[in-house]
Amino acid sequence: MTMQTIYLLIPMLPLIAAVIVGLFGRQLPRASAHWITILGVGASFALSAYVFMHALEGHVFNGAVYTWLVSGGSAFEVGFLIDKLSATMMVVVTFVSLMVHIYTIGYMEEDPGYSRFFSYISLFTFSMLMLVMSNNFMQLFFGWEAVGLVSYLLIGFWYKRPTAIYANLKAFLVNRVGDFGFLLGIGMVLYFLGSLDYAAVFSVAPQLAGDTVEIIPGMEWSLMTVICILLFIGAMGKSAQVPLHVWLPDSMEGPTPISALIHAATMVTAGIFMVARMSPLYELSTTALSFVLVIGAITALFMGFLGIIQNDIKRVVAYSTLSQLGYMTVALGVSAYSVAMFHLMTHAFFKALLFLAAGSVIMAMHHDQDIRNMGGLRKYMPVTWITSLIGSLALIGTPFLSGFYSKDSIIEAVKYSDIAGSGFAYFAVLAGVFVTAFYSFRMYFLVFHGKERWMEAKPHHAHHDDHADDAHAHDEHHGLAPDEKPHEQKWVVTLPLVLLAIPSVVIGYIAIEPMLFGSFFKGVIHVDQAAHPAMSILASHFHGAAAMALHGLQTWPFWLALAGVLLSWLFYMKRPDIPAAIKSRCDLIYRVLENKYGFDSFNDKFFAAGSRCLGSKLWQTGDVKLIDGAIVNGTARLIGRIAGVVRQLQSGLIYHYAFAMIIGAFLLLTFFMKV
Amino acid sequence: MSNIFSDLITALPEIFVLGMAMFILLLDLFLKPSQRGLIFWLSQLTLAGAATITVITHTPAVSYAFNGMFVDDPMADALKVMTYIGTAMMFVYTRHYLSLRGMFRGEYYALVLFAMVGMMVMISGQNFLTLYMGLELLSLCLYALVALDRDNPRATEAAMKYFVLGALASGMLLYGMSMMYGATGSLNIAEVGESLMQGAPTYSMLILGLVFIVAGLAFKLGAVPFQMWVPDVYHGSPTAMTMLIGSVPKLAAFAMVIRLLVQGLYVVAVDWQGMLVIMAVLSIAIGNVAAIAQTNIKRMLAYSTISHIGFLLFGLMSASMNGFASSMFYVSAYVLMTLAGFGMILLLSRQGFEAENLDDLKGLNQRSPWNAFLMLIVMFSMAGVPPTLGFYAKFTVLQAALEAGFVGLVIFAVLMAAVGAFYYLRVVKLMYFDEPQDTSPIDAPTGMRVMLSVNAIGLLVLGLMPQALMGISAYAMFYSIQ
Repeated sequence: MTMQTIYLLIPMLPLIAAVIVGLFGRQLPRASAHWITILGVGASFALSAYVFMHALEGHVFNGAVYTWLVSGGSAFEVGFLIDKLSATMMVVVTFVSLMVHIYTIGYMEEDPGYSRFFSYISLFTFSMLMLVMSNNFMQLFFGWEAVGLVSYLLIGFWYKRPTAIYANLKAFLVNRVGDFGFLLGIGMVLYFLGSLDYAAVFSVAPQLAGDTVEIIPGMEWSLMTVICILLFIGAMGKSAQVPLHVWLPDSMEGPTPISALIHAATMVTAGIFMVARMSPLYELSTTALSFVLVIGAITALFMGFLGIIQNDIKRVVAYSTLSQLGYMTVALGVSAYSVAMFHLMTHAFFKALLFLAAGSVIMAMHHDQDIRNMGGLRKYMPVTWITSLIGSLALIGTPFLSGFYSKDSIIEAVKYSDIAGSGFAYFAVLAGVFVTAFYSFRMYFLVFHGKERWMEAKPHHAHHDDHADDAHAHDEHHGLAPDEKPHEQKWVVTLPLVLLAIPSVVIGYIAIEPMLFGSFFKGVIHVDQAAHPAMSILASHFHGAAAMALHGLQTWPFWLALAGVLLSWLFYMKRPDIPAAIKSRCDLIYRVLENKYGFDSFNDKFFAAGSRCLGSKLWQTGDVKLIDGAIVNGTARLIGRIAGVVRQLQSGLIYHYAFAMIIGAFLLLTFFMKV
Repeated sequence: MSNIFSDLITALPEIFVLGMAMFILLLDLFLKPSQRGLIFWLSQLTLAGAATITVITHTPAVSYAFNGMFVDDPMADALKVMTYIGTAMMFVYTRHYLSLRGMFRGEYYALVLFAMVGMMVMISGQNFLTLYMGLELLSLCLYALVALDRDNPRATEAAMKYFVLGALASGMLLYGMSMMYGATGSLNIAEVGESLMQGAPTYSMLILGLVFIVAGLAFKLGAVPFQMWVPDVYHGSPTAMTMLIGSVPKLAAFAMVIRLLVQGLYVVAVDWQGMLVIMAVLSIAIGNVAAIAQTNIKRMLAYSTISHIGFLLFGLMSASMNGFASSMFYVSAYVLMTLAGFGMILLLSRQGFEAENLDDLKGLNQRSPWNAFLMLIVMFSMAGVPPTLGFYAKFTVLQAALEAGFVGLVIFAVLMAAVGAFYYLRVVKLMYFDEPQDTSPIDAPTGMRVMLSVNAIGLLVLGLMPQALMGISAYAMFYSIQ
């Protein structure tokens, strides 16, 4: 088998599995749905691991495997670029996907849409692989849209729930905004750089670094800045950066396994991956990097605050995801692309772990997601407890765990950066450490320690804090019966937790040296050392992973994280009256957070209502009167009339026909005889 | 002596098919009705044999035979092979239908094979008389085939109409040819081309001849205003015969257009370009608009054919190598689509029931999801929805027309294709969103089902990988037209 065949097989196997299960799932026995897809994804993971080893030896593949059509000099083709960057992503994607596949067997056990779910997640794996393996913008955009589509389908997986439909529509619309920017960016790349192929674009780009474009007459903008910002707008939609983040918390309406796979570990990091892939372009525009940096910093800090007041277990993790995506974006902004990729990888493991653990808790609580109704689960669910603790510790950056290495590197990189906005970003990422530790351990304490609050009779409306009025639609959401006790889940659920916990602990220690300071991303990620020296300064301070961890014990981030943990312990274990008191004192702040800074209501009132209003005006005058009345129905009436006339001509009488032929010949004669 | 041998070798496929057709006609006399299957297989064998001969004797070089009356060039070989394939597919589709209606007889196969010899002669004709002879052989067989079901009044009416109007068209063609003969003094196409090249004879005589030749060709293709016979004959003939009339003969007609207009009369290209423009625009317009008003599928497909011919003319009227190649691509795509479309009608018909009306397709998805899906592909392909073959075919002819500078007409054609999409999509809507009126199970032999699946899926596959067919078309045109 040649390498090219292997590359082709990696995305195709999940696709084939998805098609088989999707089309014939209802005819096949139930268990075959997970066997077929797990087989596809598992083989794909094994091959990805092989390709990764191959890439480690320095092999790079860049070529087209299929040309669909050539039009006007540009070829539209399916092509792969396999280097260490894409190989890393392939391994992460297929591994997490495999874990989620296994986990789903337990989580969706009783769901009537069992095979549909497996088909979707396999399809997702295919789409994501196409995205990361692409060697051209066209296919990147295909993958980009395909993962968006599957995400839409999966958020609305329980399509009978109004909240799920609301959430998937929201995700779709918000992503449209981002994708519009992205598409404009791709269009500009094609127009100004003359190709859609990465290699060609990257080689041409430096010559155009000084070029300007005039989009609004009289205003000259740097071409590269415009392209990079437009592309980044796409990333903002997909990677949920402020202000296009609003869809991600609502996406938690989908089943938990996909929250782990799509909305934490893989799809939302597509934007980060894309910017890292485009590093040769971004290095040409410091303005665009500053823009990226500031957006990332705002997301990292302010989305973290929102995590503090959430009571739905999945939403806490969702806001933490937003905040961590902000960290990755910050790393991109200071040209530390490799650090962003490193954090992307570690985050994929521990965030998937946290989500799956949350799902395990949700199952044990019989689909009650309110952390105020939990507590003391440590005794009943030992595996979930331990793995959650590991995940949380990794998330807040405990030395020696994976999150420490990646997050600390980001903070250090920001410290040494001197581009506009780095001062604010440094403050934001430092403060973010404290906030992260606080909300992570708030959730951890409330779920696993303290009183067993599920014993008390509890109101049924409490879950899903902000859609409480729709609760009647959630027929499965019951919570535990008063005399029931939660219990640990089956091995299909706990095994992925354990398997994800291992890399959450060790991957940072192993990977930091080669990935950040070695030659791992050499020739893949391009950094202009002279203009953006942060990475090289970082390298000069690095003396091995163990030394870094020991040094980490004496630095600000560690103490901030510790303070966060202790404060949450104080607030939620020792003195639960303090948060209540703070809540009543600082009503204004609380309400601002409760309303998520008003993004949702602003969008609803301004964009949604505004466009509905505009739409109805356009509909009434433009559509109903002009288009429907005059053009569409007018044309249809006209065509109908013509059709009637033509039908009349078709009289069935042979001499009419003969006459028509002769008339036709005569008319042609009259036209063309020039005597 | 050796000259005659090489002549015979050049025309070997025709001779072989002719011999086999006569043999089948004779053999049929000695067969019991239960042994008719043999005739079917023998006919398929004939096609396979002819294909083998054509492929084996194929060279990129052009060779002439019988004093330049007959030519064997890559275009002829490519179109002939397509003709064999189309005919073979048609035999598979029609067998069951015919046997249910008492038409599964030796005459049918012999007549179709004779008609095919006619087509082959049309494809390879290099002389006005050879071409005319091929055309007449084809037409006479078709008239007889339409009337094969003698007791069916609708079929005999259709045959009569077809015959009378066909005779008129043949007369026009022959008249045009005689004018050309008068103008140039030769019947040989290459000589006609050369003599026109050297100096214009009486110009008005030339145009007079040209108009009549174009009219005769337009009748065969079914282009407006010579399309009147198409709906009535399509509708009246037994579906198996409609399938034949609507599909493979268009390949031969296309070849005849290339021989007469491109190889013979390229000097007056400006004039015939103008005529083709008028006919193309009218065909696309009338075909697409009139199809909307139809309730009968066969009539609808008849008008759809007229609009397809309009698109075919778009490629031809570009008068460029690219245009001819894309037209050839279009006509082969058209044949495949038509075979699949009528194949579906045959599949849904059964003893004493003709699935002719659009209402018969209602709720097909509930009766047979797979067949509904196949029909969906066929309809999408006819409408020109990517990534089907029909899309690529339309795309290439319009691209050729665009390169030739017909920007306005291309926009018009695209708009008309959008109008046309209405009636194709209506079929899809009927299949997927309406309740079935007819719930009886589909009765069709496996061979036919497999054939239909291959055919429809082929439309999808060839749409995704159009290079092979496009390559053949470009190759055939490049080596055949100097």
